[in-house]
Amino acid sequence: MSAAEEAIAEGHEAVEAVPKRAMTLGTGTSLVVLAALLVVPMFVKNFIIFQMTMLLIYGLAVLALNILTGGSGQFSLGQSAFYAVGAYTSAVLMEHANINYALTIPVSAVICFGFGYLFGKPALRLSGIYLALATFALATAMPQLLKLNFLEHWTGGVQGLVVTKPDAPFGLPMSQDMWLYYFTLAVTVAIYIFSVNLLRSRSGRAFMAIRDNEIAASSMGVNVALYKTLAFGVSAGITGVAGSLGAIAVQFVAPDSYTITLAISLFLGMVVGGVGWLPGSFVGAAFIIFVPNMAESISKGLSGAVFGVLLFLVIYLVPHGARQVAIFGQQLVGKLRKN
Amino acid sequence: MELFTNQVLAGIATGAIYACMALAVVMIYQAIDHLNFAQGEMAMFSTFISWQLMQWGVSYWAAFLMTLAFSFVAGIAIERILFKPLAKAPVLTNVAGFIALFAIINSSAGLIWDFTIKQYPTPFGSAPFLGSQLISTHQAGMIGVTVALLLALYFFFQYTRIGLAMRAAASVPESARLVGINTSWMIALGWGMATAIGSIAGMLIAPVVFLEPNMMGGVLIYGFAAAVLGGLSSPFGAVVGGFLVGVFENLAGTYIPGVGNELKLPIALALIVSVLVVKPAGLFGRQIVKRV
Amino acid sequence: MLFEKTLRAAALVTATAAVTLTSGAALAQKKYDTGASDTEIKIGNIMPYSGPASAYGIIGKTEEAYFRMINDKGGINGRKINFVTYDDGYSPPKAVEQVRKLVESDEVLAVFNPLGTPSNTAIQKYLNAKKIPQLFVATGATKWNDPKNFPWTMGWQPSYQSEAQIYAKWLMKEKPDAKVAILYQNDDFGKDYLKGTKDGLGAKAASMIIMEESYEISEPSIDGHIVKIKAANPDVLLIYTTPKFAAQTIKKTAELNWKPLQILTNVSISVGSVMKPAGFENAQGVLSAAYAKDSTDPQWANDPGMKRWHEFVDKYMPGADKSDTSMVYGYGAASTLAKVLEMCGDDLTRANLMKQAASLKDFAPDTLLPGVKINTSPTDFAPIAQLQMMRFKGERWELFGEIISGDIASQ
Repeated sequence: MSAAEEAIAEGHEAVEAVPKRAMTLGTGTSLVVLAALLVVPMFVKNFIIFQMTMLLIYGLAVLALNILTGGSGQFSLGQSAFYAVGAYTSAVLMEHANINYALTIPVSAVICFGFGYLFGKPALRLSGIYLALATFALATAMPQLLKLNFLEHWTGGVQGLVVTKPDAPFGLPMSQDMWLYYFTLAVTVAIYIFSVNLLRSRSGRAFMAIRDNEIAASSMGVNVALYKTLAFGVSAGITGVAGSLGAIAVQFVAPDSYTITLAISLFLGMVVGGVGWLPGSFVGAAFIIFVPNMAESISKGLSGAVFGVLLFLVIYLVPHGARQVAIFGQQLVGKLRKN
Repeated sequence: MELFTNQVLAGIATGAIYACMALAVVMIYQAIDHLNFAQGEMAMFSTFISWQLMQWGVSYWAAFLMTLAFSFVAGIAIERILFKPLAKAPVLTNVAGFIALFAIINSSAGLIWDFTIKQYPTPFGSAPFLGSQLISTHQAGMIGVTVALLLALYFFFQYTRIGLAMRAAASVPESARLVGINTSWMIALGWGMATAIGSIAGMLIAPVVFLEPNMMGGVLIYGFAAAVLGGLSSPFGAVVGGFLVGVFENLAGTYIPGVGNELKLPIALALIVSVLVVKPAGLFGRQIVKRV
Repeated sequence: MLFEKTLRAAALVTATAAVTLTSGAALAQKKYDTGASDTEIKIGNIMPYSGPASAYGIIGKTEEAYFRMINDKGGINGRKINFVTYDDGYSPPKAVEQVRKLVESDEVLAVFNPLGTPSNTAIQKYLNAKKIPQLFVATGATKWNDPKNFPWTMGWQPSYQSEAQIYAKWLMKEKPDAKVAILYQNDDFGKDYLKGTKDGLGAKAASMIIMEESYEISEPSIDGHIVKIKAANPDVLLIYTTPKFAAQTIKKTAELNWKPLQILTNVSISVGSVMKPAGFENAQGVLSAAYAKDSTDPQWANDPGMKRWHEFVDKYMPGADKSDTSMVYGYGAASTLAKVLEMCGDDLTRANLMKQAASLKDFAPDTLLPGVKINTSPTDFAPIAQLQMMRFKGERWELFGEIISGDIASQ
């Protein structure tokens, strides 16, 4: 194959372009969803609140991946590494240095941002399959690193660390679960608004330019290296925050919690939610939390197979993820309005 | 010095496993331009089929050939039924499809044959090879079969019409269609061949690592790494890559103090990534020049 | 006169009856916590039915079948056992989610035989805070025997450290000058064995142990590690690995024509799943220790306990692989729970459940070795603490020596 033929063979892009305006929900829908998220916990059991908290947390992690892949076109199978760093940062600070849980969140964000930025630098020359392999290497390395003997004093080694769940402050009359849920919700909303604004800003446009055609972007003056590493940094930072919240919600961190399976689940969440569509992150998170449970209740012995079949059904019906459903819904509403 | 040679030899022996798997990976990449995560599981399932046939009394070679045929057909069937509908879908959606296939095959194998390990026979015997205790006759046989496969693939792609048609379909689909090549069926053929090669890999690997549903998980990662290191467009590179990864991993585990043993896989992968930064298309791959 | 006497007698009888009945009722007053009722006892469980440890899922299936058998026989004290088991995929966050579901959604009385040290560590604080029994934990980690700090958590099988200490003490007695190499899995299981060995060898650990080689469960084959260990030329190889790697190790040492004394962890002693694939001829002379009977061992062919086990498997798990030691394990653990529930009588509160579990005296389930008995007390939360060593000869394990006690309290 000659070089020219190779280039044409690059046919369809690795990541499809999502138009900017379609990246978020309309204001009306957003407010309705937010209201539901605020009110529902007051009427359900603690266990459901716990599941909703986990949904927000995984939604955040998928959101971060969406910014990286859907936004800047960089394929990552290594998000579990950043999630783990965030989780352990919070755990270590809370258990060894007695720092308040809320303060560990920004620390975790900064550390993970730095970590992501540093990883993004050597990854600049890689793309597609090769970047996937590099991020995969990171994800498999992380549990091993966490088990290293000389870090054992801080990380707890293979035994992990137990994390203390905080009580509601100021003696508010709510359970630990409910307080943690509202705390998580506040953080999630803040990060969501930040992400939407990021993608609408100059940086966001730079990301998308790089995603759609890196060489064209570079020739237009976009500092490709800076924005690619920035995307990694931001994505890692948000994933780290999700990891911290996860550590507090589950009350435990261990190397076994942050394996490549988590990275693959987050990837699936992104695809099911719709690559590049931020609200879809939460739909994707719901998929990866609840569908395995559904599969298990259908068949314990074949739970993996049932999950695979359900996943196939979803990607056949909506290859572009939940975004497709939302667009369809929007069109439907539009039609009804005309009538 | 003796330890060094021993580890190199042992590394070549393990590397043969990776090389075998890497060939299947390169095969599928040639056909569809992606890596199939479920490749390892399909190889495992094929190996179980051959094991089951032998449990039912079929002889080793008869089971081998029947499994080869079954894998070829199954590969084509899976592509036609499950992945052809996704041809127009985005790449990432296809990757999700591979992951789904992985889950289905792994879970089904676990249900049918459960998770305890099974012994798997080898046609080469397990005696020391040429007196060396480090490479058994089986492992030598494995290396031999891998090299033979490599030569066969090379011959297929360079000198047969179908091989040429497949390469055309993968690299310049529009032009290929213009000359009457059915690109869609070329993809199916690629899947069939990759699955068949994978089954050979599985049947060679099982005697060493023992047969069980989770047997290929670790091997697949190494297979990917080896294929990428060698260059995804080069079967020769894949085989060399496999041996290199095997040897390097063993040496890293033996000689890097402290963490070398615990970080064998990450170190191996880090090495590969560093090679990629210098040679983005792998050691023997063709340079990709992007046209704006 | 007679009428008066009869009346008085009748009154006396009625009064006595009334007193007896009411005081009897007061004594036999039924007390229930969530999950128990007149008709059923709900027991929760988590197992890795998927993921890297899925080979252990059969334990959960065995226990489910066992409770079905109990129910078919009328249940325990007239109540049926409702066994609810969920998959945690050997992932701690999933374990937390599933246990919370069991407790808050399914409302079980207790969590029985949850498997895996990471999963159990994750749920221990939660269950103790909620005062729910974490009973007969399915891991050999030593930390479950800590009634002072975790009064609601109790182990079952002999701890890994106590088993390792038994090997260490045997080595010091039989081979005090040996050079020892240790191959261990790099996780809580392997590391616990490593610690037990070092503690058991005490002052001699530094001089006797010449190599500690770890491996990851994700590695396809450990042949490279064996080559490395052989180069150091130890006399004894301690194999602290899960079944697949144990088989690979035994096969490889034979292939390398190297014959150290190999001591194997109890976790990997299955004749069908380890020794046979490794090759019987390669496994001669391998040592280990056991606390349960081997289902393939002909010496138990007429043992009444194992006969009952065979009947159970034939009827309730037809087609299952009888050589899988996990099935013997599941049966033993489930029968221990059945005994404790029986001892509770009509007081099915969680506190009483723990109290009865801590009062087992010389209980011998069908499947334990003769001489190995279950004993617990308020300060001893390690039900099984005895093992007997055995040597692999021909196609089976041959027990030798005395029943050794290896009680280790949590540190």
